[in-house]
Amino acid sequence: MKAAVPLAAARHPVASALRRWLGGRDVALAALNFVLLFAVALKFPNFVAPANIADILDDTAILFLLALAEMLVILTGAIDLSVAASLALTGVAVALVNAAHPELGVAPIVVLALVVGTALGAGNAVLVWKLRLPSIVVTVGTLAIYRGCIFLLTGGAWVNSNQMSDAFLNFIRVPFLGLTTLTWIAILGILGAGLFLTFSVAGRNLYATGGNRLAATYAGIDPGRMQALAFLISGAVSGLCGYFWVSRFAVAYVEVAQGFELQAIAACVIGGVSIAGGLGTVPGVVLGALFLGIVKNALPLIGISPFWQMAIAGAVITVAVIINASGEGRARAQRILKEKTA
Amino acid sequence: MTVLPDSRELKVKTARPVHRPSLLLAILKSWEFLLFILFAAGVGASARASPYFLDIWNLSDATFNFTEKAIVALPMALLIIAREIDISVAGIMALASLVMGLGAQAGADWLLVALLGLATGLVCGMLNGALVTMFGVPAIVATIGTMSLFRGMGYAILGDQVIKSYPAGFEAFGQGYVAGPLSIEFAIFLALAVLFGIVLHRTVVGRRIYAIGNNPEVARFSGIAVNRYRFVLFSVVGLAAGLASVCLTSRLGSTRPSIAVGWELEIITMVVLGGVSILGGVGSILGVVLAALLMGLVTFGLGLLNVPGIVMQIVVGSLLIGVISIPGLLQRLALIMRAHP
Repeated sequence: MKAAVPLAAARHPVASALRRWLGGRDVALAALNFVLLFAVALKFPNFVAPANIADILDDTAILFLLALAEMLVILTGAIDLSVAASLALTGVAVALVNAAHPELGVAPIVVLALVVGTALGAGNAVLVWKLRLPSIVVTVGTLAIYRGCIFLLTGGAWVNSNQMSDAFLNFIRVPFLGLTTLTWIAILGILGAGLFLTFSVAGRNLYATGGNRLAATYAGIDPGRMQALAFLISGAVSGLCGYFWVSRFAVAYVEVAQGFELQAIAACVIGGVSIAGGLGTVPGVVLGALFLGIVKNALPLIGISPFWQMAIAGAVITVAVIINASGEGRARAQRILKEKTA
Repeated sequence: MTVLPDSRELKVKTARPVHRPSLLLAILKSWEFLLFILFAAGVGASARASPYFLDIWNLSDATFNFTEKAIVALPMALLIIAREIDISVAGIMALASLVMGLGAQAGADWLLVALLGLATGLVCGMLNGALVTMFGVPAIVATIGTMSLFRGMGYAILGDQVIKSYPAGFEAFGQGYVAGPLSIEFAIFLALAVLFGIVLHRTVVGRRIYAIGNNPEVARFSGIAVNRYRFVLFSVVGLAAGLASVCLTSRLGSTRPSIAVGWELEIITMVVLGGVSILGGVGSILGVVLAALLMGLVTFGLGLLNVPGIVMQIVVGSLLIGVISIPGLLQRLALIMRAHP
């Protein structure tokens, strides 16, 4: 009955693509970010100065990486609540290694962080893949176990900045073209995630797994295996972020990044990633993380106590999931319509 | 059309017990029995290790570390059986505690303070229920969001402050005794256990909760108002979290935003350890009560051994994963056994 719309679209493919993109969620979210930036800038012009923007990016870099890792897991229809605990455990572990062997350079530390993080992710992967356990229960459990393990490692003691070597601390702070190494790594991570999800078979299979598990199985994709892959990558990225975190804040203790998994999930949800799996884009997640980053940096400036951050994040997640839940049905219906008319 | 067998014929067929397992065997093979054996073994070992363990006052003291969690675990079991989950319960407790603290500061008496706590819990639970039923948000995400919303409000209003003056009489909920060594808290828990046990196992409401958990679609087509049940269950879980917050706040005599942090893990572990399937449709209140007692015993024992709370987290986390792994592991074992007889 409504065949006229796709027909018109076929006549002007570029125009319709542009219209779809402009009406899309990513553009709306980008606009929201700009509005937020300029609203703060009206009162505090320095907020949008290049140096401050660079600071915000540096401050949000870890969230970019972790949110993208979380996105891979959520795309497959699972969820990883243990990312912040893996981050903390790896961060404390590499800080301890660095304190014991300050002569080691950055390279072994990075490798160690990746290895430890992947191992922690593998714990989740095996439980979800081989035993087919619900990921939320598994990762609530491993979250507690990994946090507890930090206490076993440190006995509750802190690793302070004076125990960290200069190389360990400075690696992420080297400025290059006005941005820190950490920011550049995040940018590379964003590009890498985009390429991986768009052009690699494994990336497409992650979408397929979450989009329709049964159909994916019939298409020759092992959904459990794809979830395991997502958990491994998520673990590796969490591990790497663990090193970045303790280096950036120059301190490592049991409660490092406590509750940060919620920020990562919030970035995904705000960015339009469907918690049911199969839907979500890299730009969306990046903009979602950026939104949280801007809010976080604006709060102290406009005189709101940082204690409000958690409540604001919670309110934003709650509103975003409501918007997602009402928009998702439409998006799926549109996709099916398109497939039918194609 | 196929000819349906005569109903009398059917009756005859089912009435003839071919290999009907005996009731005793069914009990022996049940998850609840396993929990009971574990619990009895734990009590026995503790009694051997210390002659003071079986002292009635010692046992009474031991109940305090799990009673508040167990109060929330009971309705949580119903919710998980109905294939939903609430991760925000600890956040609800924090917010309820905050509201009670503010009420006490404003000069409310003990009854009003307690009612404020209950009302806050109920409202939070209704909000979760509304998110899930009216907006169609998956329970996990909805309650992850409200979890940080509720606790975040605690942080936003209290910051690093503590409220620690409560009206006279309020301390009874967490520190008072009904009779002898039976604390008010534990009496509330026992009463609720009986109540939820009857609702789940002896009423139409209970059967419908199982039906919803086994297949929500079919339940809906069978004329069950699935969303109404979900909404009520979320509200009841919220109310129970409010009640638990009344007990905890009264017992500690103070409110801070970090109160009950991480309790959702222990509450859900209790439920799952009690034999409730995280996929819905399976579970019993007896199992949850036994799991609560068992976890209380384990944490009490570890506490006596001076194991810090954060290390107990490892035990609780491992317990959770271990318990939910058992069915899958057994299945794999059975497959291997069949392949290599």
